[in-house]
Amino acid sequence: MRDFRKQKKRMTLTILAIAWGSISIMLLLAFGEGLKSQMLNNQRGLGEGISIMWGGQSSIPFQGLGKGRPIRFTSDDVEYLQRRMPELRHVAGEYTAWGTNIKYKDKIFSERVTGVYPCYEEIRTHYPVSGGRFINNLDMEQKRRVVFLGDETKTKLFGDEDAVGKQVLINSIPFMVIGVMQKKNQMSMYNGPDAACASIPATTFAAIYGYQYFSLMIYQPKDISNSAAIETRVYEVMGAKHKFDPKDERALSIWDVAQEAREFSNIMMGIQIFLGLIGGMSLLIAGVGVANIMYVSIKERTREIGIKMAVGAKRKYILIQFLMESLSITAVGGFFGMSLSYILTEAFKRIPIQSDVLDFMGRPTVSTEIGLIVVAVLGVIGFVSGIFPAAKAASVNPVESLRYE
Amino acid sequence: MLRKKYITGKVEFEALKGIDLTVERNEFVSIMGPSGSGKSTLMNIMGCLDVPTTGDYLFDGINIRTLSSNALAEIRNQKVGFVFQSFNLLPYASAFENVEIPLLFAGMKGKARRERVVELLASVGLADKMANKPTEMSGGEMQRVAIARALANKPNLILADEPTGNLDSLSGGEIIKLFIELWEEGHTIIIITHDSNIARQTKRTILLKDGRIDDGNGNGHSAK
Repeated sequence: MRDFRKQKKRMTLTILAIAWGSISIMLLLAFGEGLKSQMLNNQRGLGEGISIMWGGQSSIPFQGLGKGRPIRFTSDDVEYLQRRMPELRHVAGEYTAWGTNIKYKDKIFSERVTGVYPCYEEIRTHYPVSGGRFINNLDMEQKRRVVFLGDETKTKLFGDEDAVGKQVLINSIPFMVIGVMQKKNQMSMYNGPDAACASIPATTFAAIYGYQYFSLMIYQPKDISNSAAIETRVYEVMGAKHKFDPKDERALSIWDVAQEAREFSNIMMGIQIFLGLIGGMSLLIAGVGVANIMYVSIKERTREIGIKMAVGAKRKYILIQFLMESLSITAVGGFFGMSLSYILTEAFKRIPIQSDVLDFMGRPTVSTEIGLIVVAVLGVIGFVSGIFPAAKAASVNPVESLRYE
Repeated sequence: MLRKKYITGKVEFEALKGIDLTVERNEFVSIMGPSGSGKSTLMNIMGCLDVPTTGDYLFDGINIRTLSSNALAEIRNQKVGFVFQSFNLLPYASAFENVEIPLLFAGMKGKARRERVVELLASVGLADKMANKPTEMSGGEMQRVAIARALANKPNLILADEPTGNLDSLSGGEIIKLFIELWEEGHTIIIITHDSNIARQTKRTILLKDGRIDDGNGNGHSAK
């Protein structure tokens, strides 16, 4: 638009304001996005879409049985639940032994040893570093004496030495190390971090330690969107076997990680909307600046509007002309702002710093979604700040505006 | 009977107090009168830039009262050419761009439009000043640009509001010569002027006084 030539300084300032607004909304959203993905990542450390179930005590008399009976799970329950509830993808139980001695050469540490199922690799994200493996079905069937080490436990025992294939003594019984867990960020946990733990097959655990009862059970539904209904069904099915009222909430306690993840993602959404609003505010102020410059510009160009009308400009043309001007200002400012924010976030990603803070905060990430949101907000602001001045310009009386000095 | 009232704030001002006037095709008319007599108001109405408060104005047989603002804009674009005392060129645009504007509004496309602009500027003797901005031209040259712009879409009516008012007598004389040529080519020309020398060169002079036509008898059709 050649009509811009007139007011360079004011124009530059307004474009800067728009750019600044775009940067603030973009960086705040990018920060929120980084935080969200990092948090979700940390949450995945425990497992995705799982529910963790502990036995409680019955609190309602049922079928002639009194209340106060403890509910405890055995390996039968795993098989039973799997058979009765085909909507579950995985069911597992876990034995826990605290303060168990693990010895390698001359080093002895007291650690938590768990007896687990092969599906833990997937549902509890016990992924092995390459060169090793997790406990498999054959280990379970043959009650093999094999152990999968958490990464911290491995470092304590072996240092930098390769652990896979070596023997450790767990309570003086030799076990072969078959794998070491990949380092992961784990935000939520029961019993303790997976990194500081040693896992052996549940069958081996039961045979060696003589444990009858699991400390907890874990199940993962095929469809995690309906975890509340599945929970109700679990109460019914387990109630039938353990003879408690399916409405007895104290008989079982279930930690629905999937539900928690959904709630958490809502909270993150709230935080992002909040951040977006703050950024949007500064962009809104810039929009007021655009409207202001448009009003001033129309006043200064009243005569020009009159001339154009005299030679045949329709009101629509004048309206569009001024609307396009305000949209161009926001487009140029928005482009600068968005480009700069993108460069800043990309640069920040490339800075090689490792810190615990970043493990929780994540790094600002610009997604396509954020880009589209910012473009949409810019468009709305450009339109709104342009339409009122433009409507005013188009309603100018040509006779008066030609007389205007 | 045309009347035009202006209401500015609480003050009501009747600029035209009853005008009866017919201008035929290819007439060459001048309108004279002291300032405040309603000359410019009459010209604005004749050019479809304004509408009368009461009374009817027929342009080419069409009552402009019945037209929308878009239709009026179209008439101004296609059938009327304005020439102003203060030229009213866009100051930041070149001679070429100024003449191009009415063609843009007419929706004329690329090459044909550029050729038309060149042709128009050549016809007013400014073929070598097309890239000049108004500030780089003399008053006479600016008025020629304005005339070229007025002629852009081949209008049948040219309205000139004191076209020589800001010019020296030499370039003023050249501008009037240009109008005479245009009249001879078949355009209808109406010139508002203070200058009786100019009025004398037109074929008919209308005297306005205090919002009414003044010919001594109250008859609006004063012929020369």
